[in-house]
Amino acid sequence: MNWIIILVVLTGLVVLRRFKLGMLAWLGVWWFAALVFVRFGFDVAVPMSVVKLYMGIVSLGLMAYVLSDRNRLKQVQEPLVALLTERSHAVLLGVIALAIPSAVAANIYFGMTAPAKPPVFGRTVHPAPPTELNVFDKEFDLVSLDNPYRHLEEAEPEEFATRVAHGREVYYENCFYCHGDLLAGDGMFIHGLNPIPTNFQDQGTLPILQESFVFWRITKGAPGLPEEGGPWASAMPAWEKFLNEDEVWDVILFIYDFTGARPRARHEVDH
Amino acid sequence: MKKKKLLLFIGPLLLFIVSGLAIKSAFFVDGKLAYRSPAAEQGERWTPREQALEDEAAATEKANREKPYEEAEYRAFPVVGSRVAIWVVSQLHLLFAAFVLAVPMFALTIEFIGYKTGDKRYDDLAYEFTKLLSVSFSLTAAFGAGLTFMLIALYPKFTNYLAHVFSPTFLPYVLLFFAEAGFLYSYYYGWGKFSARVHLFLGLMLNVVGTCIMLIANAWLTFMSTPSGISESGAVISTWEAVSNYTWMPINIHRVIANVAFGGSIAGAYAAYKFLSAKTDEERAHYDWMGYIGNFVAIAGLLPLPFAGYYLASEIYAFSQTMGLTMMGGAFSWLFIIQAVLIGNLFLFANWYLWLGMGRIEGAERFRPFIKYLLIVVTLCFMVWATPRSILATVEEVQAMGGSSHPILGFLGVMSAKNTAVNILILTTYISFLLYRRSGKIPTVSWAKMGNRIQFGIFVAAASIVIFYGVYGYFVEAAVRIKFSVPQVMSVLLAMILVTIIDVLLMRNAKSTETRWGKISPISQYVLIMLAVTFTWIMGLMGYLRSGLRQHWHVYGVIRDTSPDAFTPTLGFATQVVSVTVILFFALISFVFWLAGLSGKKVTAAVEPNPTLPAAQGLRPVGFEAPATSSVATTSGGHQAKAGSSPDSGGSVQ
Ligand code: HEC
Ligand code: HEM
Repeated sequence: MNWIIILVVLTGLVVLRRFKLGMLAWLGVWWFAALVFVRFGFDVAVPMSVVKLYMGIVSLGLMAYVLSDRNRLKQVQEPLVALLTERSHAVLLGVIALAIPSAVAANIYFGMTAPAKPPVFGRTVHPAPPTELNVFDKEFDLVSLDNPYRHLEEAEPEEFATRVAHGREVYYENCFYCHGDLLAGDGMFIHGLNPIPTNFQDQGTLPILQESFVFWRITKGAPGLPEEGGPWASAMPAWEKFLNEDEVWDVILFIYDFTGARPRARHEVDH
Repeated sequence: MKKKKLLLFIGPLLLFIVSGLAIKSAFFVDGKLAYRSPAAEQGERWTPREQALEDEAAATEKANREKPYEEAEYRAFPVVGSRVAIWVVSQLHLLFAAFVLAVPMFALTIEFIGYKTGDKRYDDLAYEFTKLLSVSFSLTAAFGAGLTFMLIALYPKFTNYLAHVFSPTFLPYVLLFFAEAGFLYSYYYGWGKFSARVHLFLGLMLNVVGTCIMLIANAWLTFMSTPSGISESGAVISTWEAVSNYTWMPINIHRVIANVAFGGSIAGAYAAYKFLSAKTDEERAHYDWMGYIGNFVAIAGLLPLPFAGYYLASEIYAFSQTMGLTMMGGAFSWLFIIQAVLIGNLFLFANWYLWLGMGRIEGAERFRPFIKYLLIVVTLCFMVWATPRSILATVEEVQAMGGSSHPILGFLGVMSAKNTAVNILILTTYISFLLYRRSGKIPTVSWAKMGNRIQFGIFVAAASIVIFYGVYGYFVEAAVRIKFSVPQVMSVLLAMILVTIIDVLLMRNAKSTETRWGKISPISQYVLIMLAVTFTWIMGLMGYLRSGLRQHWHVYGVIRDTSPDAFTPTLGFATQVVSVTVILFFALISFVFWLAGLSGKKVTAAVEPNPTLPAAQGLRPVGFEAPATSSVATTSGGHQAKAGSSPDSGGSVQ
């Protein structure tokens, strides 16, 4: 949260209360305040797609506010009608009449001169896994597959700890270049990569996945992604060629252990 | 006048004859001028070409005689292809079916209220809703027949398979359908001609039979997504298992509720259309009231829908993680952003209509300041509800966020936040409704202040519980978190029930201010129409979701789709098909409304205001207050009319 911006917006709103603004002006103020808040109120910028979504909702809300009461509607209509009909507003009207095409022109100018960027794409981060997985010369049923060493966590904590330690070695020998020292997806290779390596500290990855899913992703890597995981190739290697089965299960134990995440439980539904 | 008609007839006839002659003579001249080969001119009849033609004809005849019979797997539909054709027809069938199933539910309820309170206006209203049914029923059947023929023609092999599994359900379906027709028409045409109880019974049976029909049809389509009761190769083991597959019950529940909400919103749109085209104040008052009740039904259905939806989703997950992930995280995750926006809109519209409704009540001014806060809550919850899980972002934005989810907004994209938002939305909508109800009444009981405080306290408690579990949800694992939605829902439900009870007690003998039905701002009527369109659109979109989840299967995991359409259409394409379907539906339903309007035309005389029966007042249920002046009477006599006891019963029919 960018508290300075938020404070500025709030003070601005409070200060404006002292002036006698009309309904129309307030609408503009609220809308603008919401925009500033959504756009600049966060330390990490909110992606434009979400800003647009939010501002659309805010606009709808403001519209509902005005249109849900006759008096408010009148208060908004009156200055607009006055602007269009009264002589005293002629200059303002002229300015607005010029401003609209200028804004369009500016928009086109900036659109044409902006540096070329790859298009925004909606990559599906967690595409549906296949139901079966052929790897290490075996067939795994991904629907019922579990980490064979997960039960050690309670049954034999010591054995579990050595497994995790082994997983740690695997991780720092193979994965940290991309997934980072602290598993935050900021390894030294990341600058050239798109999509960027997964940040395992993110609540939206490991905790919502079952270990069978992670097993599939590690063994098959980017080449194993279905189409919707595209459109561009991810750099995630297919580790089945470099690691054996135990190493994969151990590194899974490690990444869950290190981030403190629990794998998504498979919920049994009686039927 | 007569001459004109004659001209109209003779003109085209002459034109026809003259053009016929012209064509004939053209052929004649053409025949004279045509080029003939020298051989033909010499009278030689035989040419190699003719020999070839003869041979060809013989060969074709032989081939025809020996043509082997082959079972077709698929046949193509011209221009748009089989899939789109089936898609549109089945969606239209579904929309009309939903309407036909839903309307009797609340028509019967309203009729029952009329019966209990002895207030004829309810009876009239129920009749007016029922009037919309008969044409819709025929259209539903027509689309149903169309769908069946198209399935047989375009997907013969697959249809055959469905018949293999479900043929035992076909006969009951047909019989129920006959029963439905019988009950529907006797309910409609028998209005005022049977005794009240017999008529109510007919209405009840209409509902029971209609629901049973839906249950059977739901079995077929849920089986396609989550089959059970069959062997690995697809042979039936148990028809009952196939019927009661994983998603059958969840879809039954979700659909019944959604249908009621949808039916209410469509009836509301009908009232809005009538309101906007009304000529007299009486008509306006009547349709304002009808629209209000339509909206009331729609909201009542809307509130429990999210929970039914989550139940459905969790059963889909339970059936197959792959399917669950395809739905929520995979190819369809973008669809849910659209769905969330649409559902948010539904809530906003519903609240908005209630706020506008306060405009027709004297003394509502005192509640106006609250609207601002309700609106803020609705908007904020809407934003949370619509926050996407995986965000559409440029490379730089992704890099800045350090992952596909935003460090702060990421918290809003998950289940805990959404559940909380939707619960608060429901609570807020309920508060809007309560304020609306309140605005026309001034309590006279001695403990009025206390009662208000208790109600307020209950709301605060419920909201706190919801928010507490919402926040707590971040600190526990997914399996536990899912269970948190239960106390959240329960506290909201309990709050609504308790507050309603207190409110009924509080409003005993309350002074009523005047409700000026018909004096609502016309904007509200457009809100009603938007509500109906949004609902219809969501239904289309979710139909695409349910079918799309099967991907390249007819029956998931059992019968593969090997047709040229064995791919999931893109979301963009789907929205186009859905939009076209929605437009078609509204064109057809407008036709239905127009027809329904014709049948009511005969009667125009407004009825004298009904002296409200004092004894009935206490019985009047929450939210169904009738306008003080009645309205356009309908052709129905109504129960009271038949009894002939009330002063206004006769005379309305000219
Ligand atoms: C060359 C860089 C690179 C290396 C080395 C690498 N990864 Fe990845 N990994 C990625 C990228 C990029 C992604 C994100 C795109 C994707 O999902 O394929 C990813 C994604 C993943 C995912 C999917 C997470 C999710 O939420 O779906 C897992 C699990 C994973 N990596 C595990 C590992 C493990 C374990 C290792 C070491 C054995 C490893 N990665 C090594 C680049 C790498
Ligand atoms: C406020 C919340 C919701 C509303 C208003 C809503 C509304 C609707 C409506 C109107 C339909 C069409 C019903 C029909 O065809 O008869 C529908 C169907 C469906 N809904 Fe929901 N829904 C909500 C929540 C959800 C949720 C949370 C999910 C799952 C994640 C969901 C999943 C579905 C599915 C899969 C269908 C297709 C069922 C079918 O047509 O066979 N819904 N919904």
